Amino acid sequence: MIDHDILIVGGGLTGLRAAVGLCDDFDVGLVSKVYPTRSHSIAAQGGLNAALTNNPESRDDSWEKHTFDTVKGSDYLADQDAVEIMCKEGIKVVYEMEHWGCPFSRFEDGSIAQRPFGGAGYPRTCYSADITGHVLLNTLYERAVAKGVRIYPEWFVTALCVEEGRCHGIIALDTQTGELVPVRAKVTFFGTGGYGRVFQHSTNALINTGSGIGMAYKAGVPIKDMEFVQFHPTTLIGTNILMSEACRGEGAYLINNQGERFMQRYAPKAMELAPRDIVSRCIQTEINEGRGFDHPLGKHVHLDLRHLGAQKILERLPGIRNISIDFLNIDPIQEPIPIQPGQHYSMGGIDVNARCTSEIRGFYAGGECSCVSVHGANRLGGNSLLETIVFGKLAAQAIHEDMAKDPLPLPDERPLLRLQDEVEAKIGRLTEPGRTERVYRIHAELGAMMSEKVGIFRTREELDQALGILLNLKARYGRVGVSSKTRYLNYELINALEQEYMLEVAHMIILGAILREESRGAHYRLEFQARNDKDWLKHTIARIGPDGLPAISYKEVVMTRYQPMERKY
Amino acid sequence: MIKASAYTFKILRYDARAPEAEPRFATYRISVIPGLTVLAVLLRIRDEIDGTLAFRSSCRSAVCGSCAMVINGKIDLACRTQVAAFNTDTIVLEPLPNFEVLKDLVVDMTPFWRMYEKVKPYLIRESPVPEKEIPQSVEERNRIDQFVNCILCACCYGACPVLARDPDYVGPAAAVKLERFALDSRDERPAEVLERFNDEKGVWACDTVFRCIDACPKDVRPTDAIVGLRKALVKNRFKRLLGGKK
Repeated sequence: MIDHDILIVGGGLTGLRAAVGLCDDFDVGLVSKVYPTRSHSIAAQGGLNAALTNNPESRDDSWEKHTFDTVKGSDYLADQDAVEIMCKEGIKVVYEMEHWGCPFSRFEDGSIAQRPFGGAGYPRTCYSADITGHVLLNTLYERAVAKGVRIYPEWFVTALCVEEGRCHGIIALDTQTGELVPVRAKVTFFGTGGYGRVFQHSTNALINTGSGIGMAYKAGVPIKDMEFVQFHPTTLIGTNILMSEACRGEGAYLINNQGERFMQRYAPKAMELAPRDIVSRCIQTEINEGRGFDHPLGKHVHLDLRHLGAQKILERLPGIRNISIDFLNIDPIQEPIPIQPGQHYSMGGIDVNARCTSEIRGFYAGGECSCVSVHGANRLGGNSLLETIVFGKLAAQAIHEDMAKDPLPLPDERPLLRLQDEVEAKIGRLTEPGRTERVYRIHAELGAMMSEKVGIFRTREELDQALGILLNLKARYGRVGVSSKTRYLNYELINALEQEYMLEVAHMIILGAILREESRGAHYRLEFQARNDKDWLKHTIARIGPDGLPAISYKEVVMTRYQPMERKY
Repeated sequence: MIKASAYTFKILRYDARAPEAEPRFATYRISVIPGLTVLAVLLRIRDEIDGTLAFRSSCRSAVCGSCAMVINGKIDLACRTQVAAFNTDTIVLEPLPNFEVLKDLVVDMTPFWRMYEKVKPYLIRESPVPEKEIPQSVEERNRIDQFVNCILCACCYGACPVLARDPDYVGPAAAVKLERFALDSRDERPAEVLERFNDEKGVWACDTVFRCIDACPKDVRPTDAIVGLRKALVKNRFKRLLGGKK
């Protein structure tokens, strides 16, 4: 057994920022299933929002205006007190990251460059070309190295240990040795990321299974707003690799097969820079109504950068150009990029407040795996990188305060040892001979079902079908076996362990979507096309019931100064 | 319609925990549609044919640096290499050179990260922190641009002929990181930090044969970093000689 004061799970931006904020005063251990610089934060492209007022066109921007844009973008489901905190704190964390060496792009006056982004009243997205996640993650990893944070790379967490409302730690699998290790901690923090791989068509990395959310749920932690799934408007056909919103921020057009900039019919003011939920629905409508293009890799519309000119593309969007060339042999300087919407981000997650505390003593969460909620029903581009760092920092502060006020001792080790036995037994079952079901089949069928039936446009009929398929997949999961008993570097075994949690995540998404009979942000029901504030201005809470199935309840949205109004762009 | 073609994948299999079995090539026949990447095929082989095959992967878009390996003799990321890119229907996959193999295509990255940490890979500043950003001109930011792009995939490390004969050499990726900070207008690292690499295990070990540049999937030129560091060290030496400063 390994002991730490603070155990952090996840080596992305949130986990690293929390670790950097805690390691001076506590014995911190950080567990990551990949080397931290491989975390999915690395793939963020466009930037992070903060009202620095560096752009000549944003001189009268403010954190209050950023708050309003975020609340409106969330379709009024975000908790407004938390959004205020994020937007105010955002300015400080951008400067802090800069002071730690983050190589932001610069304006001529030497200040941090800012570009326009969707749903924002001012150009306030701070960036480094189109590799902003890469520079931020490297900067925080560098900080963690400078401070000597204890990191356990390529350790996969198999289960979270909670008993009687108290978190005890985790059971980890050291993937290089195959050893199962209980890690006990006074405080456990999850920054485990999103669940994109539950969908077949996703921009997310292969590691984004949402297993952190699933294991928290299994341990009895409440999970919030899971039906709100962001579909990014512009992903490359075939691979669904992200084509940053920065393309449109820099002026790219969306064009249908009539050669029309179709956004003028849907959002005449904001055009291509309307929020993502709206632009994704517009693209899908164009495709569904026959105004898309056909391609063996999928139906699509065009993202046209050509009028920006070679110089701007090479300077501001070099990564986008490389990806287009590497994966489709298309040079966006010469040709438009074929794009389609794809799953991108998890608005919902582990239910926490603006201090990242959950209802479980000693268990905190932040970043994409959590739901504060600052994104409500639809996240604005540029607010996720912001959230990761702000709430990594605030979680560290909250843990400091809580440990000063009411120091938690090291918890009892017996629950961990019991859980270790359970995980042993689970692995034993998975590696028994004669189990014929294969995890990749369940994964593929789950992904196809989620993309087809729980996508941009939802109906009761399809959601009911999805639930039926899901229950069947859960039953089949009980017969899954892996080819080898070997525990080290057995990726098939890790996939099988993760699959259980992916099925739970999908279950919560489908159930939340069936029950929510309205359209709000990214959740769009064809039978209920309007937002219904009277009945549905509330958060969905899912917690595991005694029968092992999610039990749904609801929770108030925190409103401060912004009353819901019609969302027009 | 897309037509699939049959390919033969030969993958070098080895398990460091079962060293009695010699490394051997396992052969897999698989039909591939145009545009499919080597990583996509690896995932299919692991799923559909052989669940014990070990390789690393994550982003599948050439940004996370997990899946560096040798593909038909060339070091590259599996996720950005298209199967159809070679004029042959046989694809040979081997683990990254200059590392110990743990299993199949997974190598022990520990020495790579040890060198990375040795160069103090973070901004060092003595001056007080301003309230807002530390100003940096567009030109100053551009100076570090190519070095900032490094994704730490270790393709260069695997390609380096110096590391093949001297594992204590600091290596191209760590040199890139060092130069990324040494060149940063905001960095104030003392000269001693560079001096530590002023020897035959440091920047003078490089053969300047540019294998690292050929191997880099992100167009970083590690040799530029090494040459830049050499110049800075020579300049420091002259400054000390001429300035008479202790």
